[in-house]
Amino acid sequence: MADKKSMSMSKKRRIGNIVTYVVLILVSVIWILPFVFLVLQSFRTENTGIVNYVFPHQWGFDNYIFLFSAETNFLQWYFNTFIIALFVCVLQTAMQFMMSYTLSRFRFKLRKPLMNVMLVLGMFPGFLTMIVLYQVLKAVGLTGDNAVPGLILVSVASSGMGYYVSKGFLDTLPKSLDEAARVDGATRMEIFFKVILPLCKPILIYTVLTSFMGPWGDYIFASVIALGSETGLNVAAGLYTWLGQSMISNNFTHFCAGGVIVAIPVMVLFMFLQKYYVEGVTGGAVKG
Amino acid sequence: MANTNELELLKKTKLQRMGINFVAFFKSIPTKIKNLGLSIWGALKKFFWGIVNFFKFIGVTFVKGDWKTKVSYFIMGFGSIFRGQWLRGILFLLFEVVFILYMVLLGGGYFSKLYILGTQETITLDDGTKIQGDQSFSILLYGVLTIFFIAALIYTWYLNIKQNKIAEEIIKEEKKLETAKDDLRAMVDKNFHKTLLSLPTLGIVIFTILPIFFMVLIAFTDYDKQHATLFGWVGLDNFKQLFTWTAGGKSFSATFGQILLWTLVWAFFATFTNYFLGMLVAMLINKKGIKMKKLWRTILVFSIAIPQFISILYVSQMFATDGLINGLFGTIAGWFGNHNFQPIDFWGDPMLARITVIIINIWIGVPYLMLVVTGILMNIPADLYESANIDGANAWQQYSKITLPYMLFITGPYLLTSFTGNMNNFNVIYLLTGGGPINTEMYGDAGSTDLLITWLYSLAVSDSDYKFAAVIGIMVFIVVSVISLVVYNLIPSTKNEEEFQ
Repeated sequence: MADKKSMSMSKKRRIGNIVTYVVLILVSVIWILPFVFLVLQSFRTENTGIVNYVFPHQWGFDNYIFLFSAETNFLQWYFNTFIIALFVCVLQTAMQFMMSYTLSRFRFKLRKPLMNVMLVLGMFPGFLTMIVLYQVLKAVGLTGDNAVPGLILVSVASSGMGYYVSKGFLDTLPKSLDEAARVDGATRMEIFFKVILPLCKPILIYTVLTSFMGPWGDYIFASVIALGSETGLNVAAGLYTWLGQSMISNNFTHFCAGGVIVAIPVMVLFMFLQKYYVEGVTGGAVKG
Repeated sequence: MANTNELELLKKTKLQRMGINFVAFFKSIPTKIKNLGLSIWGALKKFFWGIVNFFKFIGVTFVKGDWKTKVSYFIMGFGSIFRGQWLRGILFLLFEVVFILYMVLLGGGYFSKLYILGTQETITLDDGTKIQGDQSFSILLYGVLTIFFIAALIYTWYLNIKQNKIAEEIIKEEKKLETAKDDLRAMVDKNFHKTLLSLPTLGIVIFTILPIFFMVLIAFTDYDKQHATLFGWVGLDNFKQLFTWTAGGKSFSATFGQILLWTLVWAFFATFTNYFLGMLVAMLINKKGIKMKKLWRTILVFSIAIPQFISILYVSQMFATDGLINGLFGTIAGWFGNHNFQPIDFWGDPMLARITVIIINIWIGVPYLMLVVTGILMNIPADLYESANIDGANAWQQYSKITLPYMLFITGPYLLTSFTGNMNNFNVIYLLTGGGPINTEMYGDAGSTDLLITWLYSLAVSDSDYKFAAVIGIMVFIVVSVISLVVYNLIPSTKNEEEFQ
């Protein structure tokens, strides 16, 4: 009797597991397939518009050759985005750490008011400021073809407001570390650079990674600051123009190839540092 | 008292508890308003006495101070320099010089025009020479900048006087004054937080506070395409237009109402579909006996690794009338003998477009949620499940009695931020539909999937309708802050940050 019951239990579990596997395989397929399609279509040469079939009738590298030819500014966009991402990831990480370290480690009179002000400011849509900043940047000549420094400036300047995740991490480091170092006669700056920063490696990598990836997908700011320019765009704003009404029939497969070229380095970097990303998300998102 | 209340609350079912919290929240509104009133009154009183003390301090210090202090009232930093604290002194002096130069060269002229924002149009004379007229944008911008500058000057001036007083007292007590070298050392030690904060806060003031202040002012002007160079104050006119209900006929108020409603509906579905499906996927992967957990997770994480704009733009094309999805449907219809399959216009029909957007958003958001949830799932004490197993609870009971309450408790604040984040989710909507399909009934050719934020974008970028863009921005702020305030008071897991240290 008891034997029979446990038999049915294990049978039930096995069926449950099989169902789970089927669902997981289905989920994996759904999440992977669009990217497979994207890659397949980037090799399609018989037609450059949208088609309703997956497998190209004629395969070739024409779309990739197009990207590297003089017919398009793709390489310029790519270079722009890379420069922006490089600067932004260094400067933004620095800004966020300056902010989160002080808010986590120091207790001063204006601390709470400062945090409240940033909380309230965060409730305004970020794009609102863009209308003014565009006019100001235009006046000093950092828009259009010269959008790259303008974009870096705009992305970095207020990034102290995104301190939440790294502060959440810093809050978990025991304060006795600081106190011990102070007893040894270290200045607060030495504590920051020699004691705390080395312990922050995981969250530092997380911050650098996310701020490096940001500019690759930034459409809203880039499209405004580089308005009316062909060479000042980043990849997101640039590739977007290829999908416009009049462009798409000639450029859809170019878009696919461009997407692949953009995705590869970011993806490799991301998969390489995946561990830190997962730690940052699981640790930071909830505390944030 | 509080404890007995909580105990009684625990006896109730979940729904009752939520109801009680809900009622308690609204019951507490009068007391909260009273408290708010009291604290505002308190703040006003404090402010008033602050001003009185400020002037008293300045007067007394001037009368009692020595000649160096007295000169410092006019030449900032004078006293500090002559008492050997030259670093502070020079900084004070420098600020004063910069301020005076700014006011003389730029700010003063613009500031004086701030109250009507300029009247003189640019005229071209017969011989082709141009007489540059007023530019309201510059007047307002420099005007705002000047206000900030003046506030900063008053504060520094006060600091400068305070420095003098402190220095005098130290000299009287015959102690040593802090030298410039001490100041420099304090920058990396005692005042290190000020050093660290200076750059990020300066960035926030210039690139966020100033522009927001400016845009709030724009909402009270008539700055748009017709008034691009010269615009003026119109008081509350724009807000009046927002609240006077006129049905149909491209009215601003009706459009705003519709878009706000859709924004809330979208934020609700986008948040909760992602949340529950993400949780489901995480639980499937975490299930006992499932192998290759890492592989499944990596496959989903893979889709985060690809820059979002690529996947969103590509998927939006998959759903085009001549795209892959319709191709697939056509093939399937062919198998069933229907060779005249009419492609579905996913982006053409308002309702269908809205549903499609929510479904695609699941595809975009679930991997991220899966990561967030996985971390929390692993923290649920395993013995809870073991004892539930012994008691014979089935999977659904375990989920609804253990997993879900725990998750909701921990992720309450996260759900709130992701709700408000979705309200402002520009990328997904704009890159998928561009806000379309365009609804010609609506103001400024807004579309059926437009969120407030994408509408704001197109009003500002394509229509140059800045005044209404500013109004929408303010309204978004009000809606987000009200929702945050209400929900934050309702959820139980609002915790004290010091608890973790």
